[in-house]
Amino acid sequence: MSDTSHGTGGLKFDAKKRAWPNELNIFFALILIVVIFEILGQTLPYMNDQSFLFDTRDRFDSIFNEARLRIIILQVSIIGIIALGVTQVIISGGIDLSSGPLVGATAMIVMSFAQTELVNGNPNPKAVFGDWAFDLPVLLPIIVGLAFGAFIGGINGALIAFTRIPPFIATLGMFLICRGIAQAWTRGKPVSFPTESYAALGKGMMPVFWFLLLAVVCHVVLKYTLYGKHTYAIGSNEDAARMSGINVKRHKIRVYMIASMLAAFAAIILSSKNLTAQSGMGIFYELYAIAMAVIGGVSLTGGRGSIIGTVLGAMVFGVIQSGFTYIKLDAFYQLMAMGAIIIAAVVLDKVRQDRGSSRS
Amino acid sequence: MSEVILETKNLTKHYGGVHALNDANFILHKGEHVAIMGDNGAGKSTFVRQITGVEQRTSGDIIFDGNPVHFAGPLDAREAGIETVFQTLALADDLDVPDNLFLGREKTFMNWLGPFRFLDYKAMRQETMAGLEKTAVKIPNIRNSIRNMSGGQRQCVAIARTATFHSKLTIMDEPTAALGVQETAQVENIVRTLKEAGEPLILISHNMRQVMDLVDRIVVFRRGRIVANLKKEETDGQDIVAYITGAKTQPEYDVETV
Ligand SMILES: Nc1ncnc2c1ncn2[C@@H]1O[C@H](COP(=O)(O)OP(=O)(O)OP(=O)(O)O)[C@@H](O)[C@H]1O
Ligand SMILES: [Mg+2]
Repeated sequence: MSDTSHGTGGLKFDAKKRAWPNELNIFFALILIVVIFEILGQTLPYMNDQSFLFDTRDRFDSIFNEARLRIIILQVSIIGIIALGVTQVIISGGIDLSSGPLVGATAMIVMSFAQTELVNGNPNPKAVFGDWAFDLPVLLPIIVGLAFGAFIGGINGALIAFTRIPPFIATLGMFLICRGIAQAWTRGKPVSFPTESYAALGKGMMPVFWFLLLAVVCHVVLKYTLYGKHTYAIGSNEDAARMSGINVKRHKIRVYMIASMLAAFAAIILSSKNLTAQSGMGIFYELYAIAMAVIGGVSLTGGRGSIIGTVLGAMVFGVIQSGFTYIKLDAFYQLMAMGAIIIAAVVLDKVRQDRGSSRS
Repeated sequence: MSEVILETKNLTKHYGGVHALNDANFILHKGEHVAIMGDNGAGKSTFVRQITGVEQRTSGDIIFDGNPVHFAGPLDAREAGIETVFQTLALADDLDVPDNLFLGREKTFMNWLGPFRFLDYKAMRQETMAGLEKTAVKIPNIRNSIRNMSGGQRQCVAIARTATFHSKLTIMDEPTAALGVQETAQVENIVRTLKEAGEPLILISHNMRQVMDLVDRIVVFRRGRIVANLKKEETDGQDIVAYITGAKTQPEYDVETV
């Protein structure tokens, strides 16, 4: 009664019929941007034939300009960790604006539990607590940081799930609250001089290691676990998810908690790398993290995107930033150009979506 | 008559001042296919939402499979054995066919991981194939997101979802409202499959031909009340229309004098 040419019989998983993965587009965009900067470097009169990508000074055995590549990936790693969480929030149909200030607040709090007693033989001049808080095992500040992140994320999630206020508003409020906490913690004074083991967390290329490790974990979680599937389902059609019996409220709280814990972890790595914490840390990070996700093809309407996309988006972000510096674009023009790129990415997503929905 | 699978007693739902459903007394027997008809806003979907736990009733009783039930949510109802195709499609556009079929009851392994347990994609795909094969639903590629599928194909996915899982009761709220001729025929075939399998069905439909083709009995709703309970052999299209429009009310349901 069914003709099998159209039916499910024999269809199995025809690879040719699968949609073109958006991640490939972003990868090509990444290459294109590198090429553009390379060409700019060759043609702009003030550039003295420097190369963006290749090693022109024969310092290394490599053909690539390793120093630049290293800086790019190091620069994007910490914000990239935040972007991994923001990606999940956006896929679930929300947004998280509080991650930047959360980085500031977490860094201040965590560093207070990571201080060492003696600095070059003298008592720590930046001590926040009494003697008991010196030279604590490194696990303690990490746990404090993650717990604080979970707490803030839990409030975000609970507000959004139970009061049904828009995520934009809830996390905007939390944005100010966290910046306030960061400043109130020491009345604005920086917290410095961490223990050696704490300083080791973000030393050298460690941020890159954490970023890639967490990216792999998040990728697996989003793609292969129940949590991931429900995140996509809720972002795609919240009512359908609810009618299918998914506990949407509880799930949203989980998503925001995980995102904030990732931001808190980024704060740990950042403060460890800088060997200090300041209340102003993480300014614009929430926007940059969102930008990485959006450039990486995560749809602001929810339901679509991937960790691979966000990692590529982070690379695009880093290359653009580095490229602007390379062609000696002033910092304020860089900000403007960044803004334009984010808007362009969202417009592109909208166009893609309209094209998709015009079929039905 | 065989055993009763579902019975509602004085089932009532008020939305603030809107009396969407009043004192609905309804009985469904095992293996029986019943249609619910009525004008737009008559309370048909409301009736379904009370039974399936999507909403909480204002008052009244629901007895399912011999026991009074209070479903806290649609998952409860589904676990008890009630499968529903809602009027508003409960599908996630960005997910593919197996994902949608198994949404909310995914097959998993390493379950000790709690919410982070792993999805058994392979098993879900295989069951999806088997289910679609059984219902003869045609879908180009089950691994594409359903966003790009036609309305009919999407509806078929929603219906295949209910037909794939053995249930004690299936409820379909206007399953063919947006479908073309072919897809409608396909859905009707699925309904016949259910009949052969002896699975009871509540079908909400505005399509008189379809109702007369498929079901054993017709219950008519009007302005939140049941106004008629008609055996198919003892009625016809005109008769039903008379009940729907209010030209007629069966005496036992005549409670207009409140
Ligand atoms: N959530 C709600 N809040 C307030 N009123 C509602 C709500 N849901 C339904 N109603 C009202 O209840 C009445 C019955 O609605 P219902 O959806 O059950 O109609 P229906 O018989 O399914 O109609 P249709 O054939 O158009 O699907 C309508 O007057 C509707 O406006
Ligand atoms: Mg309805």
